[in-house]
Amino acid sequence: MEDVPLETHDLTVAYEKRPVLYGVDVRVPEGKLIGIVGPNGAGKSTLIKAIMGIVPTTGGWVKVYGKPFAKNAKRVGYVPQRESVDWDFPVNVMDVVLMGRYGKLGMMGRVKKEDREIAEACLEKVGMLPYAKRQISNLSGGQQQRVFLARALAQESDLYLMDEPFVGVDAATEAAIIELLRELKNRGKTIMVVHHDLPTAQKYFDMLLLLNMRLVAFGPTEEVFTQELLQKTYGGRLTILSEVASTVSREK
Amino acid sequence: MNRRFGYGTVLSWARANASRWGLVVSFFLVCAFSADAARIGELEDTQFWEQAWRFVSLRDDVVRTALLGAVFLGISCGLLGSFIVVRKLSLFGDTLSHAVLPGVAIGYLVAGQKDPLAIFVGATVAGVLGTVMVNLIKKTTHIKEDSSLGMVLAGFYGVGIVLMNRIQKLPTGTQSGIDKFLFGQAAALSPTEVWMIAGVAIAAVLLVWGFYRQFLLGSFDVGFARALGLPAGVFHYVLMMLLAFTVVVSLQAVGAVLVSAMLVIPAASAYLLTDRMHRMLILASAFGVISGVLGAFFSFLGNSLPTGPLMVLAASTVFTLSFLFSPRHGLVSRWRKHRSREKRIQNENTLKAIYQVREASEFAGEGVKLSDLASRMRESEEETRARVEQLGAIGMCDLKEIEDEWFAFLNPDGWLRACAVVRNHRLWELYLTNQAEYEPDHVHDDAEVIEHVLGEETVRQLERLLDYPAEDPHGKLIPSLADLQRSLTREPREGRSSGYRMPNQ
Repeated sequence: MEDVPLETHDLTVAYEKRPVLYGVDVRVPEGKLIGIVGPNGAGKSTLIKAIMGIVPTTGGWVKVYGKPFAKNAKRVGYVPQRESVDWDFPVNVMDVVLMGRYGKLGMMGRVKKEDREIAEACLEKVGMLPYAKRQISNLSGGQQQRVFLARALAQESDLYLMDEPFVGVDAATEAAIIELLRELKNRGKTIMVVHHDLPTAQKYFDMLLLLNMRLVAFGPTEEVFTQELLQKTYGGRLTILSEVASTVSREK
Repeated sequence: MNRRFGYGTVLSWARANASRWGLVVSFFLVCAFSADAARIGELEDTQFWEQAWRFVSLRDDVVRTALLGAVFLGISCGLLGSFIVVRKLSLFGDTLSHAVLPGVAIGYLVAGQKDPLAIFVGATVAGVLGTVMVNLIKKTTHIKEDSSLGMVLAGFYGVGIVLMNRIQKLPTGTQSGIDKFLFGQAAALSPTEVWMIAGVAIAAVLLVWGFYRQFLLGSFDVGFARALGLPAGVFHYVLMMLLAFTVVVSLQAVGAVLVSAMLVIPAASAYLLTDRMHRMLILASAFGVISGVLGAFFSFLGNSLPTGPLMVLAASTVFTLSFLFSPRHGLVSRWRKHRSREKRIQNENTLKAIYQVREASEFAGEGVKLSDLASRMRESEEETRARVEQLGAIGMCDLKEIEDEWFAFLNPDGWLRACAVVRNHRLWELYLTNQAEYEPDHVHDDAEVIEHVLGEETVRQLERLLDYPAEDPHGKLIPSLADLQRSLTREPREGRSSGYRMPNQ
């Protein structure tokens, strides 16, 4: 049996002892485009960061293609939030996309011609090749997002985790990105996207992961996108969880 | 008095070379020597040249040691400084360099003399302790990082100063040389200390060169570095250790007060000049070396003036130059860009006025009477003449006298440009009224600005969006892009007619 791209069990995360994610269990099937949806502070970004070990977990485990993340990091591509970096940093577009190759290069390897060609192909795919030599601060928000996407493509991974790739992006770029994601999916890749807009979430994704500090539901969009489950995700019934979290952090 | 000798020689030298070194030296003069300005010319030029020759010829061991120290120090400060600047850790560097001071004093007290190794260990421990305290305050209270950095900086520095005063009062205190740790004295570097500086610099170069990718990614996007499975934390600590060592070994030459300036200023100058990290590293190191050597040189000329302030002055001069003359971010180039943009806008406005005068006469006759143009632009004929001559200088227009009247004749280039500006203006007005629902009498001022910045791509979009309009909100004709292109190939016009016509049609 082929290993599932991602499996988490009882994944729990706390920032400074304040719980933000409670025991998330998911088994993500292969070749699906999955939206991670939930209100602000629901722990959407935290979930994907915890999967990759960017934030420390306080409990549970993560398996990527049957192994701990560190063993299979090369099979995971990542698009962080655009605001997470300083866009005045002295690098150009090509430099950033080449960073996607660093994981494959190992500790001492140097960037080779082959890596450059892959990076160029990825820039071409997102329509940013003419900008390869641009300094990254001279890009619009949509262009910056496409550069990040190209960097993730350059990782040549099987599972992609994307943190709000549609924020601050114009309509044309959004359409282009979603087209690209579908193409990736058709090539058997698995893509998980943190998304905050409900109407488009229903349109874009095969499966939805509804999250509000705990996993509310995970399944095919048509089964999960129901009044009841959305109410459960966005409605007030779970506020008690966050209240308890605050109490816990006060008591630490 | 030795000190006076130093100021005087540099000054007289500076005067002799004023024309060549004008900017650099005057900066030094203003900053460093103004207090002694009255003593100008007390000393002979020859003494200065003798001293300078002693430095340049590298005859003395002292000079060689100091110079070597300054070079290596410049390299490591430039390299580490670049990372500090792009990671926004300048204040951290400042705190670290002040926090090491008590360690220096304790190292001296424990060893009983100025022992480089004891001082190195003491300073490193104090630096690490300072860093730990900053993090402790930040984590356990709601005091923010800048405040905790400020407190630790001042607190440790205070302790250091008190301890140093104690040492000065010891029987051996006056000969201790411990005061040199405040403002630096490259000439007092011992061979051991130079070896330590060199060691740190070589380690920094090798590590940054060998693991450049890791340092780059860790600085730009640490989350992504972790997601790749790179040990981002390890590289962060390696960088911080290198930084601490750089600060500690630089103390003797630059002094605790100004080490952070030597870290930040060369790197910031390089940051203004390039937008690639590897070039920034090389440039910053070069600037560090230049500043270090100049500082050592002037300190030597001035008979052992403190090196730190002189190095920082040299670095500040480099920064001032790149601030003014950087091709991309410099003040001068920005001012020139602004000027050329202003000029272009002025030219385009003249072109537009010529178009409008021709339009008023329904494009009869090719030339435009200068007096008509002047009244259109509401200015004197001389002013208009100057404008038209400006257009002539860039080959867009000719000025001819016919029967005692001056006429402006647009060349094909000028006419195309004039049509383009008018088109942009009217398209934009139409867009504002039709799509953005502005009142027609509100749109003009906005269009006056926009007409100069619309790109061809946007114009095409606007035309599509407005369904290739022929008239603007005021009922005037809009020369369309298609018209313009047709006129270039001189094909007969067809379909919707617009006001556009080539000069010779």
